[in-house]
Amino acid sequence: MLKFTKDHEWLNIDADTATVGITAHAAEQLGDLVFVDLPEVGAQFAMGDNAAVVESVKAASDVYAPVSGKITEVNQAIVDDPSIVNSDPGGAGWFFKIKLDKSAETEGLLDEDAYKQLIA
Amino acid sequence: MSDSDAGAASAPLEKTALYDLHVARGGRMVGFAGYEMPVQFPPGILKEHQQTREAAGLFDVSHMGQLAITANSGAIGDAALALETLVPADVKSLPTGRQRYAFFTNEEGGILDDLMIANLGDRLLLVVNAATKTADEALLRSNLPDTVRLERLDRALIALQGPKAVDALRKLAPEAGDMRFMDVRQLNVGGVPCTVSRSGYTGEDGFEISLPQDAAITIAEALLADDNVEPIGLGARDSLRLEAGLCLYGNDIDTGTTPVEAGLTWAIPRSRRAGGERAGGFPGDTVILQQLSEGSDRLRVGLLPEGRAPVRAGAQLFQEESGGVAVGTVTSGGFGPSLGRPVAMGYVPKALATAGTRFFADVRGKRLPVDVAELPFHKPDYKRT
Repeated sequence: MLKFTKDHEWLNIDADTATVGITAHAAEQLGDLVFVDLPEVGAQFAMGDNAAVVESVKAASDVYAPVSGKITEVNQAIVDDPSIVNSDPGGAGWFFKIKLDKSAETEGLLDEDAYKQLIA
Repeated sequence: MSDSDAGAASAPLEKTALYDLHVARGGRMVGFAGYEMPVQFPPGILKEHQQTREAAGLFDVSHMGQLAITANSGAIGDAALALETLVPADVKSLPTGRQRYAFFTNEEGGILDDLMIANLGDRLLLVVNAATKTADEALLRSNLPDTVRLERLDRALIALQGPKAVDALRKLAPEAGDMRFMDVRQLNVGGVPCTVSRSGYTGEDGFEISLPQDAAITIAEALLADDNVEPIGLGARDSLRLEAGLCLYGNDIDTGTTPVEAGLTWAIPRSRRAGGERAGGFPGDTVILQQLSEGSDRLRVGLLPEGRAPVRAGAQLFQEESGGVAVGTVTSGGFGPSLGRPVAMGYVPKALATAGTRFFADVRGKRLPVDVAELPFHKPDYKRT
């Protein structure tokens, strides 16, 4: 189940775990990424907490935890080569996997059509 | 996610003569110093940076201020001496057809703006920063004597920078190839009368071309018709100048920094120093001359972060990995595409301003190691001979 946030993140939710990344729109707006800081595996976040940082040549931006939960896996490949986020934001450029504390939180997320309207 | 770079511009923004060209070529327009300027074009900042280092880039710098000073006597020396009361530079000896870097100072020895001064034979041409150009003009109007005349030039300004810049410009103005670094000439560029200097803000060979606004798009398109020339936005302009160790007014220098602290003493000639033939005689001369002989408490230095995280302007510098008090501040910082790593500049105590000295920069609550490094990070390739 693919969901989005108004903060330009995507979540691919499979059972109780969501894979999280930033949208193509966000990656384009940021421009060339040169640095990614990811959370530790095992870190616990509440929805809306700063979970990761991305930096383009020009500026730093926060990536929020789109739902509450515990980090189960992070994508070291984008730390080693941040340009992967620009070239494949919805695929190889994923950031982390988070085990959901409250599945009800996903109800407030946007579906793909709603997100497309947001950025139109 | 959030974009901390979100603009907060509310006043209506002005457009330069090249606005339509930027939009037509896909420039992402942002508010900068009161103007709508392209921060980047479709290739993006990294590619635009490399394009300028390896071939040539065309920059719209028409937002900058251009001012002309003439003397009623007709003698350029009179205009030069009048200007020398506001800048610790040797304008009097500046030969016709040459340009110098200088700065306006205040009574405390701080820097009001940095600028280029060119001697065009019958007048001095000043190029000043966009954000400070109104204040600069007011400063000149209220301080220059009645014996000189100040004129604001509403002209466009195009920078053509990079190792292939000379070949591109030579197609439109063959004499450009004869110029050396910091030469200034009146040239016909594609038939348009322009004032051309061999200078820039990238650490590359290149030119700045002052021209009538109504010819700006035609000449810019003619330069861009060269396969080696691409339009470049403000983002790459910033990363290029940072690698070249060049100061950005408002970040690395301002009214709170003196030229000595900023490491710009090379721009203050012997003639304006203690014992020189026109020693002092500029605002803040007491402070600046004293610092020239005794040194300043702090200095601007290059800083190389050890890790991959950019260390940006405003980051505080500590000697300890935890605790302690801040001893310095980062004034410019970001990713240096030519170096493939973060680079920064900032102010540290003079005793600690030697290459290799380690500091820790506070970035989002973490102390990241940064080492003092020689400037520039990228060695310039100017045409000096």
